[in-house]
Amino acid sequence: MPNAAKGVRERLAGLALRMGTLDRRWIFLVMGLLVLYPLLFPLALPLQITPPVRGFADAMDQLKPGSTVLMSCDYDPGAIPELVPMTRTAFRQLLSQDCKVVVTVLWNGGPGLVDSVLREVAREFPDKHYGVDYVNLGYKAGNEAVMVLMGQGVANAFPRDYRGNNTRGLPMMREVGDYSTFALLVSVSAGYPGTKEWVQQVQARFHLPMVAGVTAVSAPEYYPYLQSGQLRGLLGGMAGAAEYEKARGESGTATRGMDAQSLGHIFVALCILGGNFVQWGRRRRGA
Amino acid sequence: MTPHPTGDLGIWVAALLTLFILSFIYKDNPLYKFAEHLFVGVSAGYYIILNFWTVIVPNLWEPLKLAFTGHGVNAGREGLFAAELGDYRAWLIFPAVLGLLLFSRFFGKLSWLSRWSLAIIIGVYAGIKTTGFAQGDFVAQVQASLVPLWTGHPLNDLNALIFVVGLITSLLFFFYSREHKGALGVSSKVGVYFLMVGFGAGYGYTVMSRISLLIGRFQFLLDSWLGMR
Repeated sequence: MPNAAKGVRERLAGLALRMGTLDRRWIFLVMGLLVLYPLLFPLALPLQITPPVRGFADAMDQLKPGSTVLMSCDYDPGAIPELVPMTRTAFRQLLSQDCKVVVTVLWNGGPGLVDSVLREVAREFPDKHYGVDYVNLGYKAGNEAVMVLMGQGVANAFPRDYRGNNTRGLPMMREVGDYSTFALLVSVSAGYPGTKEWVQQVQARFHLPMVAGVTAVSAPEYYPYLQSGQLRGLLGGMAGAAEYEKARGESGTATRGMDAQSLGHIFVALCILGGNFVQWGRRRRGA
Repeated sequence: MTPHPTGDLGIWVAALLTLFILSFIYKDNPLYKFAEHLFVGVSAGYYIILNFWTVIVPNLWEPLKLAFTGHGVNAGREGLFAAELGDYRAWLIFPAVLGLLLFSRFFGKLSWLSRWSLAIIIGVYAGIKTTGFAQGDFVAQVQASLVPLWTGHPLNDLNALIFVVGLITSLLFFFYSREHKGALGVSSKVGVYFLMVGFGAGYGYTVMSRISLLIGRFQFLLDSWLGMR
């Protein structure tokens, strides 16, 4: 019997060694197919709204009509699948609640992308007008220095908006001074400069209530801010965006991507188990 | 689900470049190289133009032009300086000169001049970062770490206990002034487990981000390019 068990282990070790020689392009192919299939044929896997996302949605819900909100979209095209759905849903919610929205961008790859998202959503609200209900101040170099400068007056840092208008000449910007104007700061960010810097330079200094939507890869960094109450809500990656869409009763690109996300994660988990199996086989054979 | 490819030339270019980049996962090839080099070149040009028109012109050139052509804050307050009205536009000559000094690096004997600009940049950002970290991270996070262990709600208490044990043991792991033996060894080992959980969560989120990128590209190819939504 011990010999039989040893034989099985040897055969398994042989299988593990063969698995170790697998061309990694097969893994890419399987991952590609697993992601592609549910995009073509949705599985409608269930999705739960988690407390950080509920906090984000609640903070937005509590805004009174007419409140002015600062929305900083600090990302570039690399974060489109995760952050554009959040931007779209958040901007739509703000306009639907009759809030005034001031949008800024601190990443040089982002202003055109963000402007196209704002235009797309604004088309759904024919009664909302640029410069009256929302404004895109566009990009400004300087990272934290821009945030500090905005504390002395938003128009000081952004004398012209993204469309080249004189910022001080826009109707809604006549009411916007410094951070005390804003009821909420919505930071949608993919890294530096982004949510961390907004917390450090603005939330902590000016005590401006803040929520954030971030890429999944950076999300663990921001949970301490959520635990401390510095962030009232947090959307982490595509899952966070999908949950927020669900909380708003929408079904956008994030929701449609979650089936593929789930299958991809299961496959990565299996790959990790497979990798450990290969390692076990190599150790056993002394390879 | 029948494909209805778009007639938009821009989307066709983007779709083909996406496929060129994805072809790298099969193997390195000229199409990938072409897309990669095109991206680098277009990005460099785009960033230069963007910074010129959205930073240099509105934040430096226009205020300086107004200041030195006799236009002050308003018609009643002409002149170069009106600090009491929040107008510092003529002072922008100093950052303009400091910015130009950065280019002295191209001239061997004068390259030391760029250090003045760099010194100011480093000094300003070190100051901003330090105060931001002190307010936003250090004080706020220490405050948030002082959680009550007894609230009367068993699940909250358990959560707080795990939090406190995780915090203390993780901190002890980074205490290197004594060898990790005995009680310190045990607690630092517990701290390692908490750190491992943190790394695992970070890895999971990283996987989600990377898969999201692939989903985003596939959604673009299927929806915008092939019209299969």
